[in-house]
Amino acid sequence: MASHHMERLGQWSAELSIRFRWLVLGATILICLGVSYGASNLKFASDYRVFFGADNPDFVANEMAQGTFGKADNMAFLLIPKDGEVFDQNTLSATLDLSNAAWTLPNVSRVDSLANFQSSRGEGDELIVEELLFDQSELTPERIAFIKDLAQREPLLDQFLVSDGGRATLVNAVLQLPADVPAVSVQATQKAAEIRDTLLAAHPDHDVHLLGVVALSSAFETAGQADSQSLIPTVYLLILLVIYAVFRSVAVVGVSLGLILLSTLFAMGIGGFTGVALTPISLSAPTIILTIAVADAIHIFAGVRGAMRKGMDQRAALVESVALNFTPVAITSITTIVGFLTLNFSDSPPFHHLGNMTAAGIFAAWILSVTFLPAMASLLPLRFAGAQTRGDSLMGRLAGLIATRSSTIFLSGITGAAVLIAFVPTISLNDQWSQYFAPRLEFRQAVDAAAPYFGTEPMEFIIDSQGSGNVTNPEFLEVVDGFTLWLREQGPVVHAFSVSDIIKRLNRNLNNEDPAFDAIPTSKALVAQYLLVYELSLPYGLDLNDRIDIDRQTTRVTATVRDVSTAETQAFIDAAQAWFAVNGNGVATVEVTGAKTLFAFVAQRNIEAMFEGAIYLVLAIVAILSLTFGSLRIGFLSLIPNVIPILVTFGLWAVLVGQVGFSIAATGAVAVGLVVDFTVHFMAKYLRAHRDQGQSVSASIRYALETAGAAIIATTVILASGFAILITSSFKFNADLGLLTAIAIIMAMVVNLVLLPSLLAWRSDTPSKNQSNPLQEAA
Amino acid sequence: MEFFKTLTLATTIAVASLADISYADTARGFAIAERSDLSDRGFGQSSVDVTMTLTNRSGASTTRALRIDTLEKSGRGNGDRSLIQFFSPGDVDGTALLSHAKITATDDQWLFLPGLSRVKRISSANKSGPFVGSEFSFEDLTISELGKFEYSYLETRVVDGVEMDILECTPAYSRSGYSRVLCHFDTQVHQARKFVFFDRGGQQLKTLTLENYRQYGSVWRPQRQRMVNHLTGKTTVLDFGRFDFNPGLSGRDFEPSALERL
Repeated sequence: MASHHMERLGQWSAELSIRFRWLVLGATILICLGVSYGASNLKFASDYRVFFGADNPDFVANEMAQGTFGKADNMAFLLIPKDGEVFDQNTLSATLDLSNAAWTLPNVSRVDSLANFQSSRGEGDELIVEELLFDQSELTPERIAFIKDLAQREPLLDQFLVSDGGRATLVNAVLQLPADVPAVSVQATQKAAEIRDTLLAAHPDHDVHLLGVVALSSAFETAGQADSQSLIPTVYLLILLVIYAVFRSVAVVGVSLGLILLSTLFAMGIGGFTGVALTPISLSAPTIILTIAVADAIHIFAGVRGAMRKGMDQRAALVESVALNFTPVAITSITTIVGFLTLNFSDSPPFHHLGNMTAAGIFAAWILSVTFLPAMASLLPLRFAGAQTRGDSLMGRLAGLIATRSSTIFLSGITGAAVLIAFVPTISLNDQWSQYFAPRLEFRQAVDAAAPYFGTEPMEFIIDSQGSGNVTNPEFLEVVDGFTLWLREQGPVVHAFSVSDIIKRLNRNLNNEDPAFDAIPTSKALVAQYLLVYELSLPYGLDLNDRIDIDRQTTRVTATVRDVSTAETQAFIDAAQAWFAVNGNGVATVEVTGAKTLFAFVAQRNIEAMFEGAIYLVLAIVAILSLTFGSLRIGFLSLIPNVIPILVTFGLWAVLVGQVGFSIAATGAVAVGLVVDFTVHFMAKYLRAHRDQGQSVSASIRYALETAGAAIIATTVILASGFAILITSSFKFNADLGLLTAIAIIMAMVVNLVLLPSLLAWRSDTPSKNQSNPLQEAA
Repeated sequence: MEFFKTLTLATTIAVASLADISYADTARGFAIAERSDLSDRGFGQSSVDVTMTLTNRSGASTTRALRIDTLEKSGRGNGDRSLIQFFSPGDVDGTALLSHAKITATDDQWLFLPGLSRVKRISSANKSGPFVGSEFSFEDLTISELGKFEYSYLETRVVDGVEMDILECTPAYSRSGYSRVLCHFDTQVHQARKFVFFDRGGQQLKTLTLENYRQYGSVWRPQRQRMVNHLTGKTTVLDFGRFDFNPGLSGRDFEPSALERL
């Protein structure tokens, strides 16, 4: 049998590693340290765009729109006067200071504020264009009253730069950040924070928060760094404590720590060489590698302890344990690696990075656990204190229960699972990027602070006039105007503006402020001439191509919306498209872009992409298990205890939580790869008794539970607690992934220890048991 | 020997740079700018057809056809008077903009829109805004006018194959969009060749190069001006036709009332 060859290979590996331990230690440490040099290439990705694949159609549309209308990377200062009044000398003066300071941000191309807003008005045959506020000395009571009056009438100010009722104001800077320079967002945000601090020193009775795409991108990096500073040390401490609690041996803790560190260094190095970007998602790799490396170490040390308790010396015990665990460790490593590599099917590059880096770490942990581990452990005196666990007697009782009540247990278990699985479709997908960040992070606090005053998310509607130069067509502009008015009536929309607002204003300005001219002119030529007037009046940093493409075929309408859920966003987008289907009159079509739109579909796109990956993963696992056990039927049978726990977990989540982000797309692949471990351990022991030694089904179940049960429970505790620690991540994505995986692992333990044996026992109880037992046939 | 010459030179430059902006540098800078301005004196009036090509970051481009008539400045504080007529895109054909430039104050501007058939005076303190969607601002169009900056001589060296005097120019107009400009004048015929603009945060923003200089009698004109915006990746190229220095215009053609007669 293949497993005997594998055992010999394991024995050989352990013996050689111990005999040449200095060489093995030196070589493994040198290789891992050498590879870890690649980690110097690792850089934080401080750009929200990293979450989208280059082929994602939403992303492509977004990039196209940004190429046409300019990048929309902004840094917004939210200025809240504590007395709730923007229109007084104090706050307007602060606004002017902030507006001027914003011009010193790196790569700034434009600043929009209440202060530098270009108001235009017609007086007879004169068109007056002026900044609302240029100099502190202009702040007379009359001027303040004028500004207040205008701000509440002007669509480009009201609820966009000044909140409803004038309780807060925004200063918005557009930055042209170079894509190829690392950490630009973080540097820009630091500069913005300096500006904020200077302003608060001069105007202490205000609050200032930093918002916008640049602050968001910077927050991704901040969240990742916060995690690597707090989360990773926590998980190390906890896991080392668990190992100590299990083995009561400092030497075991030391060897395990070495195994974890080397595997992580190797993984980070491979990540650096393969161009991994550090994101809060890829940064959960060290936590996951650590958890899995510990599971490898625990299996081997549990075997060593068992053998030493039977009276073997340390060296012989090490060799035996490595030999016995050689196959299970190899198979679980391979299935887990395959699971993580499946993440490459995902649409989001951070998933690829997480998958590849973790796979490299698991590979390193696998190899090191049969080389480095015996070599290092042979150098240290291993003494295991504490009494033998009572897991074996518990497993004995479980085996007895299964032998007598197999059908009841199986049927009630499968019914319970079916009920929970029925809830899976009720799970709702939600990816509000602002909610990804833990409330303790500054960026999240800024978003929460802005919510009562402003919409925080721009959505861009790119409207196509079906031909070059058609944007100035009055018929088209009427559609744009109608759509803009429709937008303003929609629940999620706080503010909307379009080129039609500009044309209408100029038409009124140039016709002596006559309200009858507050409309789109009927002549295409006049519209084009108004646009020329508009271009001549624009301030520094602003041009018409911000609204209309260079070819004059498309224009964009910007709606600023509240931080509504993904479902509401999708409904809103559908409604907008439906509006155009009815009202487009054949002269206008719409495409919706912007970060909010991208995130609204990120979960669906990832789930669709991962669904394909899941099929390959399932086939790979069936193939691996069939080869291992020499039976295709056992390979397929093993799917049951691996797929059910994942589905039950989703069902449980649907009932208890209800909402999930795109992390759910990763959970299946990660969890399946991990929990196959349990089936491998259980089935290997069961088949050894039943097939090789010819024992009865119930005796084989008892043997399997008594020999593998304790290890499965110990692994569950380690893996579940390792993943559960991700709950404390500053990034909700990781928290969801961690909790979902932890639940899936616990569910898999129950299914493998209870449901799978009762299925085996129940099948053997049926009358035609000798012919129909798939395991016997397979043997 | 060569080594000591280099050392002496280096020391001189180091000491000079330590001594803040010396009076000598300011005087020399002004002299260079003035010499360039003088070489342009007495052209009287000119008329030229211009093709403006705008190109965005993704490479899409569009052109505009316009004509610029210019009447030479008279008196201190005034710049040239200019009349810009737009011919394309077709919808703006007949639109005209008249500017009475002021060196360091708000320009006087009038606009004629054929669609409204009325002349509108435009009051705007804003000279840093872009000129009809291009990368040129109004202040860039008159960049060579003496007095727009405080000039300080920096160095003389070969740039783009031509020996140039390089000045640091600090805008005199309080609403300028720039913190400083590096002005390049060639040492042969004293024409402006290159301007490097820095934004209010001190970052390099745009570069203007004046190319294909051609001599018309005593004055020189670049046949091409290229503005590159380093921040947005957009460029604007102005291609000039043959300058006509005797178009037969009079002062009355540069008054607002003339706009309606165009």
